[in-house]
Amino acid sequence: MADTKRALIDSLQKNILQWEGYKPPELGERKSFGLNTIEANFPNSVFPMRAVHEIVCDNTEQATASSGFISGLLSVLMQNGGACMWISLSGNMYPVALKSFEVEPDRIIFIHLKKDKDVLWVMEEALKCAGLTAVVGELSEFDFKQSRRLQLAVEQSGVTGFILRNRSNKMVSTACAARWHVKPLASEAIDGLPGLGFPRWQVELLRVRNGKPGNWIIEWSDSGFTPIVKEQSNHQIQKAG
Amino acid sequence: MQKRYMVIWFRHLTTDWLTLHKPELKDAPFAFIAPERNRIIITAANTIAETQGIYSGMTAADAKAITNNLKVMNHLPGKEAKLLKQLGLWCIRYTPTVAVDLPDSLILDISGCAHLWGGERGYLKEVVNKIRSSGYDARAAIADTIGAAWAISHYGKTTPIVGCGEQAQALLNLPPIALRLENSVLQKQQKLGFSTIKSFIQIPRTVLRRRFGDSFLLRLAQAFGTEDEHFVPLTPPVPYTERLPCLEPIRTAKAIEVAITKLLESLCMRLQQEGKGIRKAILKCYRVDGKMVHATISTNRGSHSVSHLFKLFELQINKIEPALGIELFLLEASKVEDIDPIQEKFWVGKPGLHDTALAELLDKLAGKIGDKAIYRYLPSENYWPERAIKKTSSLTETPTTKWRNDRPRPIRLLQRPEPIEVMALLPDYPPKFFTYKGKRHIVEKADGPERIEREWWHDKGAHRDYYAIEDTEGQRYWLFRSGHYDAAPQWYLHGFFA
Repeated sequence: MADTKRALIDSLQKNILQWEGYKPPELGERKSFGLNTIEANFPNSVFPMRAVHEIVCDNTEQATASSGFISGLLSVLMQNGGACMWISLSGNMYPVALKSFEVEPDRIIFIHLKKDKDVLWVMEEALKCAGLTAVVGELSEFDFKQSRRLQLAVEQSGVTGFILRNRSNKMVSTACAARWHVKPLASEAIDGLPGLGFPRWQVELLRVRNGKPGNWIIEWSDSGFTPIVKEQSNHQIQKAG
Repeated sequence: MQKRYMVIWFRHLTTDWLTLHKPELKDAPFAFIAPERNRIIITAANTIAETQGIYSGMTAADAKAITNNLKVMNHLPGKEAKLLKQLGLWCIRYTPTVAVDLPDSLILDISGCAHLWGGERGYLKEVVNKIRSSGYDARAAIADTIGAAWAISHYGKTTPIVGCGEQAQALLNLPPIALRLENSVLQKQQKLGFSTIKSFIQIPRTVLRRRFGDSFLLRLAQAFGTEDEHFVPLTPPVPYTERLPCLEPIRTAKAIEVAITKLLESLCMRLQQEGKGIRKAILKCYRVDGKMVHATISTNRGSHSVSHLFKLFELQINKIEPALGIELFLLEASKVEDIDPIQEKFWVGKPGLHDTALAELLDKLAGKIGDKAIYRYLPSENYWPERAIKKTSSLTETPTTKWRNDRPRPIRLLQRPEPIEVMALLPDYPPKFFTYKGKRHIVEKADGPERIEREWWHDKGAHRDYYAIEDTEGQRYWLFRSGHYDAAPQWYLHGFFA
C-alpha cells in the first residue's frame, strides 16, 4: 500500500514538473558540471540551463569567489565553442585568469556599463540572442518584474543567465530559477606544501524553484569542480549554516 | 546615356546674401569693394546699383560720383565659395552630382533626373523658382555640355533649354566671352572684330590655335561637345545610395519608419544581388528649412538584412528632428563589404563568435550604449599585468599568442592598485597582516614573491614584487611591494583571487 502511494506521488511530482515546463533532458543534451551532489537538488537532477541564476554577495571578496564559480560553470557551458557576454559595473574582470578556469577569454565579450538600468537592458537583449551561450550581468538592485522579464527572455532562447548581485541591500523575491551564495573558504595546501591551494568556496543554494536548497564545499582543481566531503567540512558547514 | 547638364548662375550672389541678412538694405544701392593695384574697385553691386550704372570692375570713386547714396562694404574673401557650397548642398535634392564653379555658378549633372519633375522645363522651373523664392537671383540653362549650359545661362537671350545636339546652333550668336575664355584671348578677339562665336567658327583650327592657343580650342570643343569636361562633385557619389523624395513633408516617427523600410528594402535588394553587406550606413534627411539631419549606423559584419538594419535605425529615430518636415531621404551605404552567403548558412544556429545573431545583437547594443563600452580581450606578450591583455573591437580577430596561465593571476584586477598598510617581518617576506579599506587582514598563507620588472621602453619606475595572499577568512588577494625593500616601500593591493 505504502509503495503504491509512493509511486503515485512520484509520478504525480514528475507530471507537475512537466506541466510547469521542466522537461527531462534528452540524453545528448545533458551536461555534467562535475557537481553531482549539487545537481541532485535541482528538479529532474539537472542543472537548469534555460534559466537565470542569481548569485548574491556581500562584498568584493564574495563577488570574486562568485565570479570564479561562474567561470567554472561557463567552462562547461562553453565547451562547444559558444560565446559568452559579461556585463560588468565594476569593469575589473581580468580575462587572463579565466584561462585557469578552462574558459577561453577571447570568447567572452565584456561590456562595461555604469548604471543598473543599462545592465538590465543589455542583459535582456543579450538573453534573447540565441547566438550566445551564457550571459553574466553584475547588478546591485533589481526587482521581481525585471527578473521575470529576464526569465521570459531565457525561456525563448535557451541562453543561461547569471546575475551577480553585489552589495544588495534588499533581498527581494525574484523569478530566478535559483539563488546562490558563494563565499571564499581557506584553501588546503596541495600535498602539504606551503602556500595557496586550489580555490575553495562554500556554495550555498539558498533558494531553488522546485528543488531543495543545500550547502556544499566546492574546490576548483585541475580536474574541474571537486566537491569536498569531510568531517571537518561538515563541521564548517554547520558553523556557517 | 545622353548627358545633360544644368548650370545655375547666381547673378548677385554676395549682394543677395547680404540683403537676406540685412533686409534694410533691400531698397538701397550698395556694392562690395576691394583694393586692387592701388585702386578701390567694385567687386559686386546689387540690382539697384546696377540699374544706376554701377558694375563690377568700376572704381569705387567713379561709382560714388554716379550715385551719392551708394553704400560700400568690404569684399569678404571666400564668401562666394562658402555660399555656393551651401547652395550646392541644397541642390542635392535635385541631383546627386553638384559641383561648384567659382565665382558664381553651380554645375548640376541632371542626366536621368529631370523626368521626376515632369521633364526639363518643369525641372528648370522648379529649381529656379525655389532658388528665387529663397532670395537669390538665379538664371539657369540646360544643355548637353557644361560649356553650352554655362554660356546660355550667362548670355543666352532666348530659351534656357538647349535640346540634345543643338548646342552648336544655340552658341553661334553668343559673344566669345560665353566660352569662358581668358582675358588676353578676349582682348585679341575684340581687336580682330570677332563679336560672336559665329564669326570665327569657320576658321580652320590650326589657324585659331596659332593665334589664341590651346586652351581656347579646348574651351571651344568643350562647349560644342567634341571634348569631355570633368568636374569635381561637391559630395563624392556613394555607389550604394537610395533616394526617397516625399510628396509632402514628413513629420511623424511612423512616416520616418516607413521611409527607412522602403529605402532599406530597395538598397538591400541591390546589395543582396551583388553579394555585399552594409558595414556603415548613413541616413540623410533633408528638411524643408534647408537643413540636413542624419543618423548613422554601423555593423560588426556586413549585413543586408532589412529587419536587422531597420532595428538599428529604429534606435536612432528619436534623434532625427523633423522640424517643419522632411522632404527627401537619402540612404547611403558608406562602407560595404563582401559577404559569403554559403558561410552565412554554415554558421547559422551554431552559437559562437561567428553567429550572425550575435553580430546583430552587438550592433544593436553599440547603437544604444556606444561601441566604446564593448570589448573583447586578446592576449598580449607582456608580463606587466596591465599590459598582458589588449582590447579589440573586432569579433573575428583571433589571438596570435596563447593565453598564459602558468602564473597565478587574480580574476579581478583593480584598474589602479590601491595603497595598503602592511607589516612585513623581513625583506622579501610576505606581510604578516595588511589593512585595506580600514579592515585588518591577518595573512595565513602566502605565495611569492613574483618579481615583475617594468618595461623600461614604456615607462620608468620601480619593479613590483607580487605575493598571492590568503587571510584567515579564506579570502585571497594579490598584493605587491613597489620597489626594493631598503627605502620604506609602498605596498599595494592589486587584485582578488577567486
